[in-house]
Amino acid sequence: MNKRNKLIRIATAGSVDNGKSTLIGRLLYDTKSLASDKIEAIRKQSAARGYDYLDFSLATDGLVAEREQGITIDVAHIYFATPQSRYIIADTPGHEEYTRNMVTGASTSDVALILVDARKGITEQTIRHFYISHLLRMQKILIVVNKMDLVDYSQDVFDTICYDFKSLLAKTDYDPFRVEYLPISALYGENVISSSLAMPWYEGSTMLSWLDNLQLEKDYYRSARFQVQYVLRPKTHQFHDFRGLTGMLTGSNLRKGDKVTVLPGGKQTVISSIHFHDQEYLEAEAGSSITLVLEDDLDVSRGDMIVKSGQLPQEDNSLKATLCQVNKSSLKVGDRYILQAGVKRLLAKVEQVTGIHGMDFTMNNDKSDVGLNEIADVVLRLNKPVQYDPYEINAAHGSFILIDESNKNTVSVGFIR
Amino acid sequence: MNTSINAVLAQDEKEAEAIYIFREIAAQFENPVLLFSGGKDSITLVRLAQKAFFPAAIPFPLLHIDTGHNFTETLVYRDELVEELGLNLIVRKVQDAIDSGKISEESGRYASRNALQTPVLLDAIEEFQFNVCIGGARRDEEKARAKERVFSIRDDFSQWDEKNQRPEFFRMLNGLIPKGYNVRAFPISNWTEMDVWEYIRSEKLTLPSLYFAHKRKVFQRDGMLWPDNQFVNKSSDEASEERIVRFRTVGDMTCTAAVESSASALDDVIEEIRLAELSERGARIDDRRSEAAMEERKRVGYF
Repeated sequence: MNKRNKLIRIATAGSVDNGKSTLIGRLLYDTKSLASDKIEAIRKQSAARGYDYLDFSLATDGLVAEREQGITIDVAHIYFATPQSRYIIADTPGHEEYTRNMVTGASTSDVALILVDARKGITEQTIRHFYISHLLRMQKILIVVNKMDLVDYSQDVFDTICYDFKSLLAKTDYDPFRVEYLPISALYGENVISSSLAMPWYEGSTMLSWLDNLQLEKDYYRSARFQVQYVLRPKTHQFHDFRGLTGMLTGSNLRKGDKVTVLPGGKQTVISSIHFHDQEYLEAEAGSSITLVLEDDLDVSRGDMIVKSGQLPQEDNSLKATLCQVNKSSLKVGDRYILQAGVKRLLAKVEQVTGIHGMDFTMNNDKSDVGLNEIADVVLRLNKPVQYDPYEINAAHGSFILIDESNKNTVSVGFIR
Repeated sequence: MNTSINAVLAQDEKEAEAIYIFREIAAQFENPVLLFSGGKDSITLVRLAQKAFFPAAIPFPLLHIDTGHNFTETLVYRDELVEELGLNLIVRKVQDAIDSGKISEESGRYASRNALQTPVLLDAIEEFQFNVCIGGARRDEEKARAKERVFSIRDDFSQWDEKNQRPEFFRMLNGLIPKGYNVRAFPISNWTEMDVWEYIRSEKLTLPSLYFAHKRKVFQRDGMLWPDNQFVNKSSDEASEERIVRFRTVGDMTCTAAVESSASALDDVIEEIRLAELSERGARIDDRRSEAAMEERKRVGYF
């Protein structure tokens, strides 16, 4: 399969009444990604509710429960494409109790769209959305000031909101050049895909052209990481001695003949061949799911990491991390969990809760248990050393989840510092 | 394996992700099964599984829940594929469950065996102790599916609780489950209908002939073309006639509508879909029954 258009993953955040669903519905409609029977269904339901316009939010609000309440309660994935790019939107709800969903959506996205109601300006919720985008190190943030139609398309209103947000930004270490500001009306499609005549003072690009022209650094990290998922031993006549290590390569390319180190243990060997399906390759690009054969018959199993010799990750049985509690049960000092880093599973014990993050970039150092939707700095002790890179430079191998030993639920997501 | 060595492998992101998910399934579960319907999505899954585990064989069987109302073309295709690839296929029949009195047939104009697949599937899960069923569902198909996880946990009644789903972060998949629970896994969650068609083209996969234009007796109902056959309950004023049609999706003879088409080759079909306005599941009669149809079926254990 050949590479087609670039793929951009977007997380959208905004509260129920910021018009986020309407914006997404509008993007789908204007890029002709809504099929005629879906448009017909929206038309019918809009009429049934007595609206004199098309309620595009009906295109995305998925589940019966939330259609009844008129709110979005979980992460929904929405797909659309333009001639330039393919997009996946992870649409997450904005209200406080669902921080978990926002972190979920952001963890698989490159870009965050944060919706602001032009009438309300920067609210506590905007700050929270920015906080999570900052925590997850989103590559780009677009501040979308919606409902400009309700403030007479006023440049002053827009400028004030931008000024307020920039003041907030200045208090953090997030790179201001990664943030853009855009005034729109999702309801009337102003600046969504076509430039707004109502806002001649705005000279920037429309939302869609901004997205289409995004240059993303797919990987900040430049060291190859290959975590073994599954060992292939066909034991057939033809492939009797074949022992292939499968996994997804990240960070950088690997070549046949590269000197590599197997972790844990640190044994050195050489890549003897690189395979995908029935083909052999001299080199594999980062992001590929491949099969490696090593020159020496070493004891390598699931979760072990193969890296280029000289580009070793960190290794420790104690981790300092920031974590977000995503389960009703709270996390306390002394609790034991299964820790999953990539595909590797270990046991972890909470040694310290050093502080709870306030979503306004403050810290509370008095609390020692972490409840649902709270974000905390912790120290974990592991039963065995784990290989990792700091989250800031490598999201894939700088993150982990904690799993409850008894009911097996995912209870936290962590970012290694 | 080929003796000549290629230069650089640049894999498509979607294919890389699907293969990663297949390998997670094989590594995390003792007893997986791939749900095979003979439709294009499950055919794509078989191809991806083959690529994920080569040169080893696909390390799990295929399960087909045979409603007894399948198009003959689907069954012929299924048997040929199994033969050609040396796959391990298990078939469980809705008719057997009806005969033994476990379930009973629907009646009326819209009677179909679509819902009857669920109890038969659940019985097969029990019988073989499968702890993960691999399906070809895609999030772009339908609104309830847009919220589905890659690993979707079902309790010991095989129910889906949409309010209590496990969050999934980055690429990490948590397949640990309490005893008695099982998982539905969806490797092509993030593919769109067009992605599947283009994959079929680039991989040169064959499809059941139903997907291509052919002559068939059909009749008009609810603005759709229904295939005329012995299983569909037709009233006397529903006259059938021969038309040149094809199917965009392949389900039972009682719940899959046809579209008029002259697209007889894959390129024509893809071009037609690109231009088509009707979304894919719009041609599935079972989803039209009510707006919340899919969500309701998922909750009780449907694929």
